[in-house]
Amino acid sequence: MDLQTLWFAAVALLWTGFLLLEGFDFGVAALLPVLGRRTPDRHLMLRTIGPLWDGNEVWLITAVGAVFAAFPGWYATWLPALYLPFVLVLFGLIVRAVAFEWRHAHADPRWDAAWTRVVTGGSLVAAAGIGAALGATTLGLPIGADGTRVGGALSGLGWPALLGAVAVLAFSVVHGALFLALKTDGPLRVAARHVALRWAPVAALPVLAWAGLVHLRSGTPVTGALWLVAALAVLLTWARLRVGREGQAFAAWGTLLAAAAATLFGAAYPVVVPSTIDPAFGVTIADASVSDYTLTVMTWAAGIGLPVVLGYQAWTYWVFRQRLTAEPQHTGPQHTEAQA
Amino acid sequence: MDVLDVARWQFGITTVYHFLMVPLTIGLGLLVAVMHTMWVRTDKPEWLRMTRFWGRVYLINFVLGVATGLVQEFQFGLAWSEYSRFVGDVFGSLLALEALLAFFLESTFLGLWIFGWGRIPKKLHLAALWAAVIGSIVSAYFIIAANSWMQHPVGVVTDDATGRPVQVDFLAVLTNNTALAAFSHAVVAALMVAGALLVGIGLWHLRRRRLAGLSPDDVDHRVWRRSVRLGGFVSLAAFVLVSLTGDWQGKLMYAQQPLKMSSAEALCETEAPAPFSVFAWSKLGSNECDDVRSITIPGLVSFLAHGDFSSPVPGVNDLQERYAEVYGATYPDDPSRFGALAGEEVDYTPLLAVSYWSFRLMIGMGAVSAGVAAYALWATRGGRVPTSRLGVYGALAAVAAPFVANATGWVFTEMGRQPFVVYPNPDVPVEDQVWFFTAQAVSPGITAAEVWTSLTLLTLVYGALAAVELWLLTRFVRRGVTGGDGAPAPAAGTDDTHRDADDDVLSFAH
Ligand code: HDD
Ligand code: HEM
Ligand code: HEM
Repeated sequence: MDLQTLWFAAVALLWTGFLLLEGFDFGVAALLPVLGRRTPDRHLMLRTIGPLWDGNEVWLITAVGAVFAAFPGWYATWLPALYLPFVLVLFGLIVRAVAFEWRHAHADPRWDAAWTRVVTGGSLVAAAGIGAALGATTLGLPIGADGTRVGGALSGLGWPALLGAVAVLAFSVVHGALFLALKTDGPLRVAARHVALRWAPVAALPVLAWAGLVHLRSGTPVTGALWLVAALAVLLTWARLRVGREGQAFAAWGTLLAAAAATLFGAAYPVVVPSTIDPAFGVTIADASVSDYTLTVMTWAAGIGLPVVLGYQAWTYWVFRQRLTAEPQHTGPQHTEAQA
Repeated sequence: MDVLDVARWQFGITTVYHFLMVPLTIGLGLLVAVMHTMWVRTDKPEWLRMTRFWGRVYLINFVLGVATGLVQEFQFGLAWSEYSRFVGDVFGSLLALEALLAFFLESTFLGLWIFGWGRIPKKLHLAALWAAVIGSIVSAYFIIAANSWMQHPVGVVTDDATGRPVQVDFLAVLTNNTALAAFSHAVVAALMVAGALLVGIGLWHLRRRRLAGLSPDDVDHRVWRRSVRLGGFVSLAAFVLVSLTGDWQGKLMYAQQPLKMSSAEALCETEAPAPFSVFAWSKLGSNECDDVRSITIPGLVSFLAHGDFSSPVPGVNDLQERYAEVYGATYPDDPSRFGALAGEEVDYTPLLAVSYWSFRLMIGMGAVSAGVAAYALWATRGGRVPTSRLGVYGALAAVAAPFVANATGWVFTEMGRQPFVVYPNPDVPVEDQVWFFTAQAVSPGITAAEVWTSLTLLTLVYGALAAVELWLLTRFVRRGVTGGDGAPAPAAGTDDTHRDADDDVLSFAH
């Protein structure tokens, strides 16, 4: 495998990791108004993602950084073509980040409720925007001969963007519900399981449609097989959930995403930004990539750095592995667990 | 304004704003880690309370740094796509490495520190904080290496087909002398920010406790006293280091970007020995060097540039001519790449008034900060508590000084390199140099309306965030050491036993 292909795979891996991790905190945030109507439940939900969301977000920063580092031509075509959507994503991420923190800063239930709504709103906007951007980069943007967008500010927002947005949102909501079922105990666990059970089959449809379309356009037998894996993963999720195996259901739902992402990126390869105007205007990894020297340097750095990162991130997930329960007042679960 | 101007304003506003949080994160992070270490080693309750209090200030600030840093990661592509294409072979890898090697470390271990009180062994918990702080410093190193490469491009050759730089020596990029100087300068400048904060708030609390008749034997008294002493010493030491590293940068700059320094001195003609301008008046704003009058110290600029009091230093007028000769008197007549500036004359002199005053504000505000630190140390010598209203409120107001110094230092650095975004490196022969004008860096496909929208949105959001953050911080700081949670501090020698209430304090950032 040449270095460009390797880095294309690395970028795909980073985006997949980001969606897998941040996906559940987007989803938990989106479910706050549904499952968190009671204050203790809402606090419990927020506590499940409290220590994790920031580390998850760094996956996005690294994914974008890796696109810039390995394929500046992709970075420089994709971002300005979707200028306003990306700005909205940033807006959502900013208000969401501060809302997580500022929620606690002032002891007033209305203050808390207001910032909790900001967590939800910001997460929805960010998830939809990122989905739109990914939809467009796999299904096409109106890119002209000179590599810039044809048409006005919103011309990048065609149906591919819409499909991507819906797919990422739908995936995240069920992912969040499964995460809650896995991480909490008590009534919230039961309610979250119900949501996942009811919505998983529907929520998988846009993801499968998106991956299927890219496969039909430019897929290979391998991506076809991957698509089948994704479809089977949905069935498995549902089956395991019915018998109450939350951990296995969560893993199966994650497999759906991983297989669908592999289908998408595998079928899109080697095109990184397809043009809806003329396929010849699309940007391929060869057009977009940096020199072999730079790729080699980065391969060394990532080869050493990434396993270390994965190691310590996995370790913190292990440290915070306990199921959480809502308890009255302040004696939070951290307390009891730490004594145990 | 056209796309270029709006995009420049947007970059300036968002980056200066990001860089209000960054020095506090770096500086205060280091000091909180020291406090926490002292607590683990001595078991003294005041160190624990200091860790708690300043740790929370650190976290409140950290979130905003994260939120505004996100914008940075995207905006090179959004508004500066031609720049991103041009520098891609060098620049992107530094950003990606920053994320991989620094941001993961920072965010993961900070989460562990915040939620780890009493859940993981004490020493491991301390190590988590140090890991996060080291992450911040590593991040500063990579981003400054990226910035220094555009100030002084090294380790590349020009690709004949595309005209773009191609990296050939990554180690040269990492050990760019500009980067080493700027990194050490920025880290010690960050310590000045943290020092000033400790001094200002510490003095205010000491005075308030004294006026309220509270006992000086109390732990809280020791908390504020230690904060003032630590902050004062750190500020003074950092000021010495800032001056030394700044001098290093100045010497490099004379060699690498002579126009930046000469315009900071309003030095029109080449002079030997060259004088240092203390105060300039007359038409600095007209950007015509010859209109400027100033009070000068003979020979000082020769010293800053070369280390002696007699060597010649080139003036703005000569340099402008020299640059026009080498890099062209006008922009190439190609509107698709140079927009409205195609075919126009190139002004190689940055805005004189901006360079001149930002340089002096940086140094002046640093000096103010050092003066306040000296006053605080003197006023608290031998257990004294200052009651002077002027002194204490002055110190509180002076918390802003090193922030201003940091911001103006960057304005000087960044506006002083105009009209280039990638400055030609004079150490290599002209035919091998790479350079890029700011005018050709902006994204060609976007409309002014789009950039106006994002500029307005981001500025409004940033303004609102600043207001809420200041309100929260002020409320928190006024309440004092235990005000935030009302819980008694854990007894010395035990592991933290008041986790329930304290969890809330430290979970502030998550
Ligand atoms: C507390 C903040 C602070 C203080 C007191 C000073 N500086 Fe500074 N300075 C910075 C904060 C800063 C900065 C914001 O961190 C900059 C911007 C870019 C950089 O690398 O550091 C900077 C840049 C900067 C540059 C420009 C480098 C370039 O454009 O490449 C020079 C020449 C100096 N400084 C020199 C000094 C000197 C001689 C000082 C004497 C006391 C001084 N600085 C105090
Ligand atoms: C360390 C990484 C940095 C990089 C890579 C960087 C890069 C850039 C770029 C690409 C531009 C736009 C083009 C231009 O106007 O020349 C710019 C402008 C600017 N930057 Fe930086 N910058 C960095 C740090 C900072 C910091 C920390 C500050 C301030 C606190 C700052 C202040 C500014 C200002 C004020 C402008 C507008 C200058 C003008 O248009 O005249 N920069 N920078
Ligand atoms: C203009 C270029 C810059 C970019 C692209 C950038 C990018 C970012 C990003 C994405 C974050 C969030 C990290 C997280 O989620 O943990 C961040 C935070 C941070 N950045 Fe920047 N940054 C820039 C300028 C600077 C400069 C000039 C410095 C240092 C001298 C710096 C130092 C930091 C630090 C220490 C943090 C940690 C969080 C905080 O400050 O509160 N950045 N930056």
